[in-house]
Amino acid sequence: MSVMLANSTAQRLGSVSSGNALELRGVTKLFGALAAISDITLTVRPGERRAVLGSNGAGKTTLFNCVTGDFLPTSGTIRLFGEDVTRFPAHERIRRGLRRTYQISLLFGGLTVVDNVYLACRGVSRGRYSLLRPRINDVLVARAQELIEAVHLTQSRDILVSNLSYGQQRQLEIALALAGAPRFILFDEPAAGLSPTERSELVSILTNLPGHIGFIIIEHDMDVALRVAESVTMMHNGRIFKEGTPQEIENDAEVQELYLGGGHG
Amino acid sequence: MTKAFHTASNATSQLIGGVPPAQWGIGLILLVMPAFASNFVLFQIFGWSFILGMIGLSLMFLAGYGGMVSLIQMTVGALAGYMVAILGSSGVVQISLDWPWWLYIPVAILVATLFGTLVGALAVRTEGIYTIMITLAIAAAFFYFTRQNYGIFNGYSGFNRVVPPALFGVDWRQPMPFYYLSLGCAGLSYFAVVYVARSPFGLALQGVRDNPRRMGALGFSVTAHRILAYTFASVIASFGGILLVWQNAQVSPGTAGIPQVIDILVIAVVGGIKRPVGPFIGAFIYVLLRVFSPDVLLAFGLSGERFKLLIGLGFLVVVFFSPDGVLGLWEKFKERRTRRLDPLLVVRP
Repeated sequence: MSVMLANSTAQRLGSVSSGNALELRGVTKLFGALAAISDITLTVRPGERRAVLGSNGAGKTTLFNCVTGDFLPTSGTIRLFGEDVTRFPAHERIRRGLRRTYQISLLFGGLTVVDNVYLACRGVSRGRYSLLRPRINDVLVARAQELIEAVHLTQSRDILVSNLSYGQQRQLEIALALAGAPRFILFDEPAAGLSPTERSELVSILTNLPGHIGFIIIEHDMDVALRVAESVTMMHNGRIFKEGTPQEIENDAEVQELYLGGGHG
Repeated sequence: MTKAFHTASNATSQLIGGVPPAQWGIGLILLVMPAFASNFVLFQIFGWSFILGMIGLSLMFLAGYGGMVSLIQMTVGALAGYMVAILGSSGVVQISLDWPWWLYIPVAILVATLFGTLVGALAVRTEGIYTIMITLAIAAAFFYFTRQNYGIFNGYSGFNRVVPPALFGVDWRQPMPFYYLSLGCAGLSYFAVVYVARSPFGLALQGVRDNPRRMGALGFSVTAHRILAYTFASVIASFGGILLVWQNAQVSPGTAGIPQVIDILVIAVVGGIKRPVGPFIGAFIYVLLRVFSPDVLLAFGLSGERFKLLIGLGFLVVVFFSPDGVLGLWEKFKERRTRRLDPLLVVRP
């Protein structure tokens, strides 16, 4: 039933494939004999905000790793804004407007906050290999400053990232993902480990993103996930189990049985 | 709390960005050194320290900023030296081509840099111990190749009478001119590394060191960055190698033998690979030990040839007490002193 639903969605959207932000067809990733994800077919429109839910080991992060190019899928194709990027290295996908944050913060501990954000801005512009230091009125330095302010890290601008608190590192993760001109962002559990205040701050950052930026968010906190997403994909055992609007998913008996453990009803 | 971090990072950024007063002082002393130092000290102690420091600096750039421990730096330097001997003039007239200096120096640096880049292209696909192994293997291959190849490298005996060109009517191998020549080159390479460390390329290299996977996810090509780091380091090593060959007036397979290759690692580690000044401190300590330990050993009734024992013990002591080399020891000492002065003012991280 679920597979049929996924397939019919793919068929319905297949005709306008070039207009999609992200399009996965039959993506499978094997680790030895273990299929971390199998036969994932998924389409996301530009500007669409999608939540991916599922229990631990459902394959959500593996899905992200395949989309960003950290892993090459065993089979299937991945299209980004109509372009087949299945075999592209990660940096080539990033230069095409894809961004991601990591579940466990992957930052540059030996550099300051501003250095981290500046690098993120540099990575998607010219002059990556420049041996000349940025000038005082460098556009990207100004942009880095804006991003630091946007994620409320102004006070910590010159601190080494290894000295930041956990919550601040999560905020910095988001700043790095917003650098350059992102068109599509993958958020991997951005709210994990955050305090309730930090969570509502995160929700406001996500809902205030410019309308043309679409994203997929992996989130265990249903409150966060369902408040920022307009569509939901449920994963289970490496497969797509159900797709729908937040209301449909919330009220679905099977989903409640599987994921919410019946506690919701 | 944050204030303490601020001061700490300000001090660091001042050190990297501007030049603190202590460095001006040291720079001034180095500039007027010939006024009171003997020729032996100028040529043998300081000249040699600057040269080994430069080759150590090229390793520091790769290891400290790029997280890549390369053992090929001495070999890159030696190749540049060989090129100077082969393309320029030497005592082996049947091989040396006698090109003018303005041609053979750039070509020598170009060839050695190309070689270093190629080795880098092979090495960057490996991590940690395997990078060390592959660069050491290529260094060993170069040593045996030069020893057996007589057509180009003149085999076991190499080239003698390789001297700097007499530019501006100066004999650059005289102690004072050579002191300033090596000081100038060392100073230029030092400031180049300090400057580049804060450029987009240098920052990105440090990003690659801290987290290569994330660098890819920011749009950087990790492999290209690492290879280009080898290119940059090779240029510095090439200059150092040419100076070394001029100082000794000869180049032979032993210039980049396995012991010499390892010595560069020892120099960089003993001095400290976190900051560009480290290798120069390491080189100075190494040269002092090399030059004076025979006397010390003889005084204790030991054979003067056992200077390596002292260097080895010194290496063990430094690595044991401070993984960041002598610089790390100095920082620990400073930190402990400030803590004793006012424990309320300085918050430990």
